[in-house]
Amino acid sequence: MPEPTVPTGNPAALQIRNLDFYYGDFKGLKNVNIDIAHKKVTAFIGPSGCGKSTLLRTFNRMYDLYPGQRAEGEILFHGKNLLDKKQDVNMVRAKIGMVFQKPTPFPMTIYENIAFGVRLYENMSKAAMDDRVEWALNKAALWGEVKDKLNQSGLSLSGGQQQRLCIARAVAVKPEVVLLDEPTSALDPISTAKVEELINELKSEYTIAIVTHNMQQAARISDYTAFMYLGELIEFNETGTIFMRPGKKQTEDYITGRFG
Amino acid sequence: MNLYTRRIWTNRIGIALSMFAMALGLVALMWILWTLFSKGFAALSLDLFTQDTPAPGSDGGGLRNAIVGSGLILFFSMLISTPIGILAGIYLAEYGRISKFAAFTRFMTDIMLSAPSIVIGLFVYALFVATTGGFSGWAGSLALALIAIPVVVRTTENMLKLVPPSLREAAFAIGAPRWQVSLKVTLRAVKSGVVTGVLLAMARITGETAPLLFTALNNQFFSTDMGSPMGNLPVVIYQFALSPYDNWVNLAWGGALLIALVVLAVNIGVRIAFRNKDKL
Repeated sequence: MPEPTVPTGNPAALQIRNLDFYYGDFKGLKNVNIDIAHKKVTAFIGPSGCGKSTLLRTFNRMYDLYPGQRAEGEILFHGKNLLDKKQDVNMVRAKIGMVFQKPTPFPMTIYENIAFGVRLYENMSKAAMDDRVEWALNKAALWGEVKDKLNQSGLSLSGGQQQRLCIARAVAVKPEVVLLDEPTSALDPISTAKVEELINELKSEYTIAIVTHNMQQAARISDYTAFMYLGELIEFNETGTIFMRPGKKQTEDYITGRFG
Repeated sequence: MNLYTRRIWTNRIGIALSMFAMALGLVALMWILWTLFSKGFAALSLDLFTQDTPAPGSDGGGLRNAIVGSGLILFFSMLISTPIGILAGIYLAEYGRISKFAAFTRFMTDIMLSAPSIVIGLFVYALFVATTGGFSGWAGSLALALIAIPVVVRTTENMLKLVPPSLREAAFAIGAPRWQVSLKVTLRAVKSGVVTGVLLAMARITGETAPLLFTALNNQFFSTDMGSPMGNLPVVIYQFALSPYDNWVNLAWGGALLIALVVLAVNIGVRIAFRNKDKL
């Protein structure tokens, strides 16, 4: 087994080994090896089309929805390969949650948006559910803003609130890993700041992997940063090292804005 | 004549021609509506709703049995076609995007959509009426349901295809199995469109006559027994309009007006109800 690109020194929540990904005949990821550190924030940066979203979408097997997309290799989670055909995909997704670029509240009330996911895997009383909804909304720093309108549509919230609702929804099912796919690219600066603050707080309890186009954001919020280019993992290290003393020429060119 | 003047005149002629075409269409429509309204409203009275269809040669009479019969037949045909249509639409949009069976189903739906309704009536006659030993309200409901189902299937599928993939992904991302994603998230996102489709399918079959001729037949007496021949507006209109009796012809106009008003009300109602759609 090849060494992960960087031994992080932290226990790994996800170990990616020899991962190749195909969109039909096109190879989107080429032999990626990386460890996602437990209860840390790992950021993926790189120019558009470099494969960072593709990589994130292999962690919860989102690509399964689309025929013609397939992954080969290993993604180890608690010692089991997530890419195994026998693996229960819905279970994987309950343990590894995801928040998307555009806010995607479900067409139901704010309360139901949270309760929907919880109900899938847990039976609980109304009171316990009320507690869970409040807990999740608090985690997403949204409770104060919505506690008086839990029965309103999730679509009635502002974009930034909707995105925090989606984070609350992901957190509510108590996953171990939260995947964030450019979670702030559709938000204004103030909402972005709130979501970043939130990520900072969430990492004490969850493993977080985030894809971002915003290098300052990666520098601000992540512990580890991976730079990807043309489907390959070019460099992976502690965030400070990547931004201050990048080891590869391509990384340096990208973070200094010379290409990308 | 310079280029600019020529273009102005070409434009004017183009507009004039299209206005003329529009006027032609509108005149025909207005003419139909005016005839229907003037003759129909003249026939409208309380008797229309309280008395049954009259025997040949007798005076007065109403359409009570036909109105109730049409209502029952419509109700049961929508009861059959709505769940089947919606579930089939979900299958096509959520489960069978690329499967051969789905492509085949889609093709059959298209054929059903354009099948002449009299063929559907004959089909139900051969399969149901001839084998169960008689005309009945059930047979009528079945025939109308067969016409409504493809309409509901197609609208449901088209609506679900408009759901942004991101919403579907978000629901899967939380670990929801496909049936929950379909029923609780995507179908809910487009429920106004689906309800509209169902109501428009109902409007479509409200005036269908041909399929009822061989199935529900007609009944000049009041009956709520779906197992026997049943009075219904379209067939009554068909028979009465061709009759030599003045009161029958009048009743036919009244019935035609009722159907037109119901369809109009459904269409307007749908538009108003979903003007601010997706408000939850």
